[in-house]
Amino acid sequence: MGMFGTENDWELDPPPRYFSLEDYEGGAARWCPGCGDFGVLTAVQRICRDEQLEPEQIVAVSGIGCSSRFPHYMDTYGFHGLHGRPLPVACGIKSRRPDLKVWVATGDGDCCSIGAGHWIHAIRYNMDITVMLFDNNVYGLTKNQTSPTSPQGMKTNTHPRGAWLPPLNPLRAVLGFTNCSFVAQVVDWNPALLYETLRAAYHHRGTSFVRILQRCPAFSGQVFEHLQHDPASLLLLQHEDGMQLDPKVAKLFPNSTTHDPSDMKAAREIADSDGEGKVPVGVLYRDPNSAVYDDFTNLGMEMGLDEKIKALDTELDRFAI
Amino acid sequence: MKPDTQSSSTGASSARTEVREQIIEIVSDSGEGAQKAGQAFGAVCAKSGCGVWTVEIIPAEIKPPSRSRAGASGIRIRFGSDTVTNMGDEADLVIAFNEQVLYGRIDADAFRPGTRILLDPKWRTDDSPKIRKMYEDALVDFEQRGFVVQELAIEEECAKLVKNPRLGKNMFILGLLTQVYGMDVELAMGEASFLFRRKSDEVIARNHDLIRAGFNFAKENMPLAYEVPQRQTTESQVVMNGNQALALGIMASGIEVVAMYPITPATSVSHHLGGAYTRVGGLLHQAEDEIAAIGFALGATYAGKTACTVTSGPGLALKTEFLGLAVMAELPLVLINVQRGGPSTGLPTKVEQGDLFASLYGTPGDAPKIVMAAATIEECFHMVITARKLAETFRGPVLILTDANLATGVQPIPRPHPREEWIAPPIDSSPWDPNVSAYDWDEETGISPRPIPGQPGGEYVLTGLAHTGDAHVAYDPDSNEKGMEMRSKKLRALQKSLRPPKVNGDPSGELLIVGWGSTLGAIDEALGRARAEGYSVSSLHLRFVSPMEPGIKEIFERFDRVLTIGIQYSDQDPASTDDPARRRSQFAALLRDETLCDVDSWSQVHGQPLSPGIVLDVIQKNFERAHSKGEPGEEKTGATIS
Repeated sequence: MGMFGTENDWELDPPPRYFSLEDYEGGAARWCPGCGDFGVLTAVQRICRDEQLEPEQIVAVSGIGCSSRFPHYMDTYGFHGLHGRPLPVACGIKSRRPDLKVWVATGDGDCCSIGAGHWIHAIRYNMDITVMLFDNNVYGLTKNQTSPTSPQGMKTNTHPRGAWLPPLNPLRAVLGFTNCSFVAQVVDWNPALLYETLRAAYHHRGTSFVRILQRCPAFSGQVFEHLQHDPASLLLLQHEDGMQLDPKVAKLFPNSTTHDPSDMKAAREIADSDGEGKVPVGVLYRDPNSAVYDDFTNLGMEMGLDEKIKALDTELDRFAI
Repeated sequence: MKPDTQSSSTGASSARTEVREQIIEIVSDSGEGAQKAGQAFGAVCAKSGCGVWTVEIIPAEIKPPSRSRAGASGIRIRFGSDTVTNMGDEADLVIAFNEQVLYGRIDADAFRPGTRILLDPKWRTDDSPKIRKMYEDALVDFEQRGFVVQELAIEEECAKLVKNPRLGKNMFILGLLTQVYGMDVELAMGEASFLFRRKSDEVIARNHDLIRAGFNFAKENMPLAYEVPQRQTTESQVVMNGNQALALGIMASGIEVVAMYPITPATSVSHHLGGAYTRVGGLLHQAEDEIAAIGFALGATYAGKTACTVTSGPGLALKTEFLGLAVMAELPLVLINVQRGGPSTGLPTKVEQGDLFASLYGTPGDAPKIVMAAATIEECFHMVITARKLAETFRGPVLILTDANLATGVQPIPRPHPREEWIAPPIDSSPWDPNVSAYDWDEETGISPRPIPGQPGGEYVLTGLAHTGDAHVAYDPDSNEKGMEMRSKKLRALQKSLRPPKVNGDPSGELLIVGWGSTLGAIDEALGRARAEGYSVSSLHLRFVSPMEPGIKEIFERFDRVLTIGIQYSDQDPASTDDPARRRSQFAALLRDETLCDVDSWSQVHGQPLSPGIVLDVIQKNFERAHSKGEPGEEKTGATIS
C-alpha cells in the first residue's frame, strides 16, 4: 500500500542511508603536492560512493611507505600495519568476514621487495580483495633509495651513479604466479582510466591486482614524464570482459587495442613488452573461474553454539579411554 | 629408583611379582613402528587403570642411518599405580631391535645397572662379519655396564606369521608386554583395531595374530611376569599429548582461526587441527611463512575473530615485529610457543626452556605482554581458553609457553567438558557509541573496548605508529608517554587480579625450589622423595611469568635459599660459583628483578626433560654445600634485600 492507502508504483523508496563522498573522507591527506596518490584516493572514494558501500563494511589495509598512509585518509576501518605485510593481514581479515570489502594499498618496496614472498602466495590464495600497487619506482618515505622497479640507471641515494640492475616487471611476475585471476595496469594521472579499472577490479571476485604507475614529484618525477606528455607511449587495452572507457576519454589514447583478458598468452606478451615502447594500460588478464581461498576459509562459519559444543564433545571422545 | 617389588600370588595362575611402577622403552631404527606399539601399550595401561606417561624418542632426521647411535628412535612408557607426571629416571625394561641404537639411549643416561634388555639376536648371524663383531662387542660392553641382557628372537618369531617381520614385530612386542605386565590381551587387540581402522580386515586380523603370538610367546618362554596394582578412577579420562591438548583447547576456546607454518615441535598441533578443526567450525590456515601466519591471525582478530598462531623458537623470532604491532595497536592474539632447544636452529626435536626472555622482551621497544606457561598436559588445554579471554579483556597478545616435553608426552587427563562460557561469543555488529574513542583507555587499568569492522560509528585506523586514544597518529611527547603508560597499566591490572602461587610443602624452610613449565612433574616427584628423606625443601611453580604472580617476594623471604631448577642455560662450572659475572638462568634473573632477593639457579641443557632423580640429586647437593659452609639459617640469602 502506498501513500494515503493508495496503490501506486511511483513512490520513492529511498535507501535507509545514503553516502556521499564526504562519508569516505578521512583526515586531510598529507602527501607531497603533485603526488599521484591523491588521484588514487579520490578514485577509490568515488567507487565507494557510487557503489554505496557502507563505510563500516570497508577495511583499507596497507603496509608501510608513502602510499601506505592511504587508510588514514579514508573514513572507514583501516589497518596500517607492517612494512611488506599488508597481504597476509588482508587475507586474515577476509578469512571469516566475507561481508567486508577489503582494499589493499601497497608500494613497490612493500609488495615487490620486502613483501614479495607474500605477494606470490596472496595471488595464489586469490581471496576476494582488491590490491593496488602504487608503483613510483622509488622508496619515497625513506627518501630516495633504489626500489626493485627503479629503471636501470636511475640515480638514487643508494645508487648515485644509477641503478645497477634492470627493474623487476611486476606484471610479468604476477602473471607467472599460479592462480592469478585479475591483472591490470593504470596511470595515476588519468582519473577516468583509474576509476574504470579500479571499479572493474572491485567487481572481480578474487584477488584483483592493479599496478598503478604513480608519480613521485619528490624523487622519481622524471620516470613517467614521457608517458604523461606523450599519450602515444601508452597502449590502451579495452574489452567488454575487461574494462571499457567512455569513447570520449578513450580518444585521448592514440594507441588502443582490443585485448581479450581471458587470453593469458596474449596478456603475458603484453606484459613482456612493458617498458619497451608501449606501456599497456587497462585489464591484462581476468579469470572469474579461478579457485578462491574464501570458499575454504568460510567453511563452518554458520555453526551454532550447541552444534559446536556437541562437535567438541565428539572430538574429545576420540581421546577417551 | 628401583621399583618397589614384592611377591604376589593373586591374579594369574603363575605367581606375578607386584610392582608399583615400571619404566619401559622400545628402541629401534626409525620406521620399525616402536612408537606405534608403545602408544598402544600406553593406552592399554591407561585403560587398565594405571597412571601413564609416554614420551617418544625421536631422532633429528627422518631416515637416519640404520643401526646407529644417532638413529635411536622409539618410545618410553612409564606406568604405575599412581598418577605419573613425568618420564622418570632410568628404565627397568628395554626392548631393542638392534644393539647400536641402545648406545643412543646410554648417551641419554636412560639405563642403570640392572636394567633388563630384551634384544633381538639376529645380528649374531648377520652376513657381515663387521656387524656380527659389533653385536658381540656390544653384548660384552652391556654386561660390563651391569645391564641384564636377554636375547629374544623377535623377528624369527614374527617371520612365522608374516612375510616382512620388520614391519610386524611392533605388534608382537605389544602382545608380549601385555602378557609380561598382566594386562588384558583384548585391550591390546582393540588398540590395533583402532590403529589400523582405515586398513582392510585382513590387515587387522594379521596384526591381531601378531599380538596373540607375542602374548603367547611371553607366556611360554619368558620368566618375567609382573602385576601393577591399579588405581580406581571414577572420572572419565582422555589420553593425549600436550600438542593434542593445545589443539583441543583451541577448539574449546571458540578460537576460529589458527594460522601457522610447520615447525618442530609445534607442527603436530596443526595435524590435530587439520581434520578436527573443520568439524567444530574452525579454520586452519597453513601460511606461506611464520610472518604471514601471525599477520593472517592478526587480520582475523582485527575483523573480530580472535585468532591463534602456534610456533617454536625460530618462528617466534620471525613473528617478533607483528607481535610488537599487536602490543602497540592492542590487538588480541594467542601465540603458543612450543619451545625447543636454541638458539638458532638448535635442537629441533628436543626440549629446552630457553625462550623466556625472548617471549617477554624479544620485541624492540617497550612491549608489555602477557606470558603464561603450561606445566602439565591438562593445562595445555585449559590455558588456551584462559588466554583467549585474557587477550580479549586486556586487548593484546597472550603468549603461552609449552615445550617439546609436553608436546610429545602422553598422559591420561580428566576429560574436559566443553562449556558455553569457554566459547567466544559471536561478533558484535551493533552501532558503536560515537562518543567512545577507539582506545577509550580506563585510567586505572589501561583497558579499553575495541570496535570491530561492521560496527557503524566505530571506524578507526589501526596503526603501529604512536597514536592518541582516538587512534590518530601522534608524534608528540605526551601522546607517546600516555600510550606507553596505558599499555603498561594493563599488566599491573592483571597482576592485581591474580592469586599468589601456592607453595608445595611447608610454607617456610631452608630451600625453596622455583620452576615453571613442564618441569613441574619431575620437581614435585623429587620434592616428595627429598621431604621423605627429611630435607627442609618446598617448591613453587609459576604459571604466569608476565605479569608475575603476586606475593613471590613474601614467599621467598620465608626461606633461607631460593633455587631455580630448569632446562635453560646458566653458568654451572665450578669457577662460576662466586664469579660476579656468572650468568644465571633467565628465570632466576627475572625473579631477582621481581623480588630483589638472591636467587640461585641450577640448570642443564641436555635436550632432555628433567628426571626426578636429577632434581633430587640437585637438592641433596644444595644441602651438602650449604651445610658445609655453615649451619642452615646462618645464610639468610633469601631475605637479602639489595
